Amino acid sequence: MKPKVAVFAFTSCEGCSLVILSLEDALLDILGQVEFVNFREAIDDKRDDYDIAIIDGAITREHEIEELKKIRGKARVLVAMGACAVQGGLYFLKNYHDPKSTAEYVYGDKSEYYDTMPVRPLSHYVKVDQNIYGCPIDKSEFVEVLRSVMLGKRPDIPDYPICNECRMAENICVFERGLKCFGPVTRAGCGAICPTHHTGCCGCRGFVDKPFIESHRRILKEHGMTDDQITAWSREFNGYWEETHEKR
Amino acid sequence: MKNVDIKVEHVTRIEGHGNIVVSVRDGQVVDARLDIVESPRYFEVMLKGRPFTDASWISSRICGICAVAHSTSSLRATEDAFGIVPSEQTLLLRKLIFHGEIIQSHILHVYFLVAPDLFGAGSVIPLAGTHGEVVKRALRLKKLGNDICAVVGGRHIHPVSMAVNGFTKVPEADSLKNMRTQLIESRHDMDTTVELFKGLSFPDFNRETEYISLKGEKEYPFYSGNIQSSDGYVTACRDYRQAIKETVIPTSTAKHVSARRTSFMVGALSRFNNNHRFLHPKAQEAAGALGLKAPCHNPFMINIAQVVETVHCIEDAIVLIDELLSRGLKDEGREVTPARGRGVGIVEAPRGALFHDYTYNEAGFITDANCIIPTGQNLANIEDDMRAIMPALLDKSEDEMTRVLKMLVRAYDPCISCSTHDIEIEIRRI
Repeated sequence: MKPKVAVFAFTSCEGCSLVILSLEDALLDILGQVEFVNFREAIDDKRDDYDIAIIDGAITREHEIEELKKIRGKARVLVAMGACAVQGGLYFLKNYHDPKSTAEYVYGDKSEYYDTMPVRPLSHYVKVDQNIYGCPIDKSEFVEVLRSVMLGKRPDIPDYPICNECRMAENICVFERGLKCFGPVTRAGCGAICPTHHTGCCGCRGFVDKPFIESHRRILKEHGMTDDQITAWSREFNGYWEETHEKR
Repeated sequence: MKNVDIKVEHVTRIEGHGNIVVSVRDGQVVDARLDIVESPRYFEVMLKGRPFTDASWISSRICGICAVAHSTSSLRATEDAFGIVPSEQTLLLRKLIFHGEIIQSHILHVYFLVAPDLFGAGSVIPLAGTHGEVVKRALRLKKLGNDICAVVGGRHIHPVSMAVNGFTKVPEADSLKNMRTQLIESRHDMDTTVELFKGLSFPDFNRETEYISLKGEKEYPFYSGNIQSSDGYVTACRDYRQAIKETVIPTSTAKHVSARRTSFMVGALSRFNNNHRFLHPKAQEAAGALGLKAPCHNPFMINIAQVVETVHCIEDAIVLIDELLSRGLKDEGREVTPARGRGVGIVEAPRGALFHDYTYNEAGFITDANCIIPTGQNLANIEDDMRAIMPALLDKSEDEMTRVLKMLVRAYDPCISCSTHDIEIEIRRI
């Protein structure tokens, strides 16, 4: 029997869910191997008998916590898909603004209609069995994780920094181009796509397990960034890491 | 007529990010709503305090399907604020990547989201078994759109090389040549697509409304132009607030937008109605074959207008690549001097006019931001359509009403949660 897969989206741009539909070369093969029983972006079915739950998006509202716990209760394997689900994503930036004035800025005097709370990744509330990193996720990493989950093995996801992939791609270091980069502390797996396109890595895949944060900060400062600038930039994708790791 | 009390509750269910609510009493439609219940994300706040270098890639995260449109609109707002006029090469490349996004988004919509309705299936997945060639063709065309974006911008979802005043990396001539070959090869798939949609029928429902889009001057406008209304007035981009107004509605986390009437339409059909004469001849031919004629007042024909625009984008992408190749691609400087002030960037995203409006301080940090999304602009129009279509459906079964209402909403290709297979229908008969 084919494993049953559900794809859910909480607060997100649903770009990562779209990546699944954009696996044009592999999609028909995947459909031959698994049965999608719940995938709002693509299908009408909304069944609860799934083995594998793949979740796109961060948790930003109370009712989402309940729904997430329900999914955890039903799924044998829970996969956090994309930076929003894994680290709270870019939306984590909202946490640095006063919640009341934030809502008022966008919705004016009607802001009380919209409940919201600090943005949190899935792992803040439930056990996550596997992460698929990035904003958006990488197609081949999605396939690797799905295949591994089906086979019950550990997926091959790098725990080395982007710099390794950058060297493999024979890129000129973006620092040499006068740019700034989070590549030295960020988990590889995207093929160093941003540095390859002559732009600095912003850390969307999250940090490696043991990042050399201090040395990296020193390098950024040597290249002209202030502590405040570094912190602000780091928070674009790694505010949750900062919050959950020891303060410097 | 008595009133019906419908309590508007803030969403408690996550399956539905948009809900249709229709109330009928004594044969009269008393309420017809599309409630948008997507979680608010406060992008406008997240943009505040960020440097100009980050604005476009923060904004692209508003939407995974139209990330290129958001990036482009954002870059144009920043350039407008700083008084930057990008090079001809930059404009050509931006128009090309834009076509890639329109192709992938329209194909996703007409094949993956709409076609299952027309084949009586619940999704594209069973179609893979019953109509394998149709699904394979859809995947090929969708991939074509994605590949164009990847060649020009690094990838489609959240492009990496689009920057203020240019591209961080200009594509290789060889990859553009390869793209051109693929575009030529895709003509056959597109001809077959036109044939497929020629054979499918949509409900015959007409309601004239106000059609708003960018105004074409020399070309079919996706990238720039003033704001044009089918009611005959034109508004300069920067003055968009004189033309349209945002309103917060308690039932919806997407703001409603209105112009001079109670509602207006944006998107493929508005663009077609206002600018059809600028379409590539092959697209005009496709429109003729598909029975799409301006002005068209049937919202179900948005689907057909998307097919026609896809033909246009494929043909115009070939024209753009030829121009880029004959000019020769070169690395250009991307000098940017921040300036204090306001800038507006309006583009035609796949689903319609998209506005980014930023105010910068002299150091190039955003102090104020406002974004107006196409789906927000269409909401009031969708509700007016629902209201107008109901009388003709009253003698039908509830299942049939539901089916038609879902198809109607789906035709608009709302970007609420990127697909409309999340729509819950509640029909109240009292």
